[in-house]
Formats: sequence, structure tokens, C-alpha cells
Amino acid sequence: MTTSAEQQHQGMGKYLIVYLCILALAGLQFVIAYQDVSAAQMFRRMLSVSLVEAAVAVMFFMHLWSEKRGFLLFVVVFTIFVLLSMQFGWTDSFRLVHCGGYCS
Amino acid sequence: MSQADITMQGHTAGMVTDRPFAIPTKKLAMWLFIIADTMTFAASLVAYGFLRNATPDWPRPFHSIVNVAVMTFILLTSSLTMLLGVQTAKRGDKAGAFRWTMITALCGIVFAVLHIREWMGLIGEGMTLFKNPWGTGLFGAAFFSVTGLHITHVLCGVIALIIVGLRYKGGRYHADDIEVVGLYWHFVDLVWMFVVPFVYLLNLAH
Repeated sequence: MTTSAEQQHQGMGKYLIVYLCILALAGLQFVIAYQDVSAAQMFRRMLSVSLVEAAVAVMFFMHLWSEKRGFLLFVVVFTIFVLLSMQFGWTDSFRLVHCGGYCS
Repeated sequence: MSQADITMQGHTAGMVTDRPFAIPTKKLAMWLFIIADTMTFAASLVAYGFLRNATPDWPRPFHSIVNVAVMTFILLTSSLTMLLGVQTAKRGDKAGAFRWTMITALCGIVFAVLHIREWMGLIGEGMTLFKNPWGTGLFGAAFFSVTGLHITHVLCGVIALIIVGLRYKGGRYHADDIEVVGLYWHFVDLVWMFVVPFVYLLNLAH
């Protein structure tokens, strides 16, 4: 049977590991920044790392993982839906650069 | 508890309902604020991305990553100190929780000082909201808007940490309040995880 102090100690050990993981992911972004790849490729890689970083932070630092499953679903589904809805503008930015295919 | 159960307990009991998702009200309010604020930052970053993608002569003015790397390290570390503060508060150690909360606030202040120093450097090189020596004038507006919105959140967080920390130490607030302000601080940290790659690292001068 573990005591409360032991549980706290184990909890801090977990948080330290999560912190080191997030630091490593942040470091990975700096490495990606110096890779010789196209801007689009670099953007995709950085976005992927950022999303993983954010998910780890929300789940463990903000304790969303230990909340009720209903609340977790509410936050995740609602946030992802709205974030995806914001992506409609991208197509227009490509149109501005490439003139919608009508450039002479 | 079903509606039938509530009705069976009498008229007054029918007026009482469970807390949504069984979490404290302040915590739920903070989560709702965080979700709303996520949309604010997402809109800013999407607008920034739109401008960057649609502008051919987008400048890449950042030559060094040292400053932004140090700022990132400080902000991520402040999240750990905040966690320590929350854990210590839940254990009932008021002095310890106050100390960790103030260390977190100090990290926020150092971050803000480094950020403002960086701004001053860019302004010194001729960058304003509407023009800069490297390319499209839109860069200054986009950069200052996104980073300005973030640093405003950091400064508000520092003020909140100091006030909540002091009131917790004075016995007016509880461990739950430290946890709620901690949620906000982690969110500020989380936003920085997106600002760094998109605003700084994608604009490094190679």
C-alpha cells in the first residue's frame, strides 16, 4: 500500500518525464528548422511536432486525461471541429499566389 | 441521478442539479475560457499563415535562435514549476505552494523581459507595424500582432499568479484556485509551442 507522499513523488516523476518529452519535442522543432527541405514540408513537420507537444501538455500538464471522459470528449471534439473549420481560408491564399490558374 | 429521482425527493430537491462534468465551477469556467481563447489564437495564427502564404516577398529576418530557444526553455520550465505549485498546494503546504507559484511568475517576468528586448532589437533595425527593411510591410503587423497577443497573455498570467498566490497564502483562496490559475498558465505555454515554429523558426534566415 502506497502512502500519499509516495503517490505525490510518483506523480512528480511522471510530470518530470512529460516535461523532458516536451523539451525534447521543442528541441526537435529547432532541428527541423535547419533541415534542407521545402517550406511546405518544413511546415508540415513542425505542425505535426507542435500538435503532439500540445496534446501531451493538455493531457498531462492540464490533467485533461484524468477528467471525466465526457468532458474530455467535449473539449477535444469541439476544439478540433472549430480549428478545422478555420482552415477554409488556406485555399484562397494559394489562389492569390497562383492567380487561381488564370495567370498569363 | 434521473429526473424521476429528483422529483421523488420533493419540490426543492428538483431545483438542484449536478455540476456539469462533475468538475468544480471555477475549473469549468477556466476550461471554457481556454477553449474560447484557443479560437482567438487559432484565428490569429491562421490569418498569419494566410498572409505568409499569399505574400511572395515574405521576410526571413531571424539570424539566431538563441534568444527564442532560451525563451522557450524558460516558459516550458515555468509549466513544471506551476505543476509543483499545484501539487504542493494539494498537499496543504501553503509556504511551498506560494514559493513555486512565485517562481513561476518570475519565469514569466524573465520571459516577458527577453521578449521585449527582442522587440526593441527588431524596432531598432527599422521594423514597425507597417514597414521593415527586409520585405513586405505586412510582416511587422503580423509578427507584432501574434507575439503581442501572446505576451499580453503572459503578463496577465503573471499578475493572476501573484494575486492568487498571495491570496492563497493569506487563506482567502484554496488549492483549487492555484490549480485553476495553473490551467491558464499551461495554456499560455501551449500557445507558445505553436508561435515558435510558425512565427520564428519558419522565418529563419538560412
